[in-house]
Amino acid sequence: MTAMCDVAFLLLTFFMLATKFKPEEPVVVKTPSSISEIPLPDVDIMLLTVDPKGRIFFSIDNKLKRKELIESVNDERKLGLTPEDINAFAIGPSIGIPFSQLKSFLNMRPDEQGEMMKEAQGVPVDTTVMSPTNELAQWIKSARYTNPKLRICIKADGDAAYPHVKKIISTLEGYKIFKFNLITNLKAVPPGTAAFEERNKVAKAD
Amino acid sequence: MAEMDTSSGGGHKKGPGVKKGKKLSTRIDLTPMVDLGFLLITFFMFTTTLAKPKTMEINMPYKDKNLTEEEKNKLKASAAMTILLSKDHRIYYYEGIGDDPVLKVTGFKAKDGIRDALIAKKKLVAGLKQSGALGPKDEMTVLIKPDSTSTYSDLVNMLDEMSINDVRTYAIIDISTTEQGFISATEKASGL
Repeated sequence: MTAMCDVAFLLLTFFMLATKFKPEEPVVVKTPSSISEIPLPDVDIMLLTVDPKGRIFFSIDNKLKRKELIESVNDERKLGLTPEDINAFAIGPSIGIPFSQLKSFLNMRPDEQGEMMKEAQGVPVDTTVMSPTNELAQWIKSARYTNPKLRICIKADGDAAYPHVKKIISTLEGYKIFKFNLITNLKAVPPGTAAFEERNKVAKAD
Repeated sequence: MAEMDTSSGGGHKKGPGVKKGKKLSTRIDLTPMVDLGFLLITFFMFTTTLAKPKTMEINMPYKDKNLTEEEKNKLKASAAMTILLSKDHRIYYYEGIGDDPVLKVTGFKAKDGIRDALIAKKKLVAGLKQSGALGPKDEMTVLIKPDSTSTYSDLVNMLDEMSINDVRTYAIIDISTTEQGFISATEKASGL
């Protein structure tokens, strides 16, 4: 009994220390796999989620930065948000709705927000960065203004059609952002290929 | 079950006829605590994300309208390979930049897939370099052109093939209408 207790609490401690809660995801996204082993950084991330239907969700990680972001967007787009709305945004989930619905969205209770997210149309995006309907461009611009170190990560579903991703890429290119990250799962390097030999060479040298 | 020693142990004397309280065991039942412990373990095991997601870095070609023709790097046709991604994860590819190309159809399969085509092309370019047909600065270049019916996974798989086969220079480029025409012509010819 004592031994079992000891093991149980050891495990408990391990999981409590090792755990990092899954960030709340607006939609379920199944990312494609790649052999890339670069881990996703913990901080300064802008996450652009694309679901199979091509809806785009936008989020950044830091609560304080989120507040700064919504304040600057509020000023630029004249959204008329109250301080309560701004706080709700700072602690809230990813954004997948147009600016026009933002105020009513922030006034909702979290469970209502979840319901709305299911039917949300995603952040409107366009192929040209200057177009006023390209709201994603506005988010990206303001977010980069509040935190210039932001790394842009695209987390798209494998079944999302290419044109949807293309729109994001062209928006980024419009801001002269040519370097960004694509979030993928890890898969094994197929044997007998150049990358496989490269890895094994490194492993042997160690 | 849940017992705890609550007897005060007969600290002060009672009358002569009163019996001393029986000394109870000091052991506490631990079952509820262990239950709770396991419950928490289960909770943390389910919520934890041990495997962190990985990312692949991607550099798009620099795009600037002010760039003049002379400043752009010229790509030698013999070092180039164009890959068109189309619907149902089909891949069309041809060698060269595309003045009268011969399109070949393939897919992401283990045998005779796009990987073999890339390896063959790589060998070809290395051979051309050795024979002096290509300068030492010329590298095998892959132009990836996803069309509107391809999916994001096609793109990622293709980029992954680049790193698997150690192709250093590649670019994602918009598909042209002529190439779209090639695809539909090939589709018709092969009755797809």
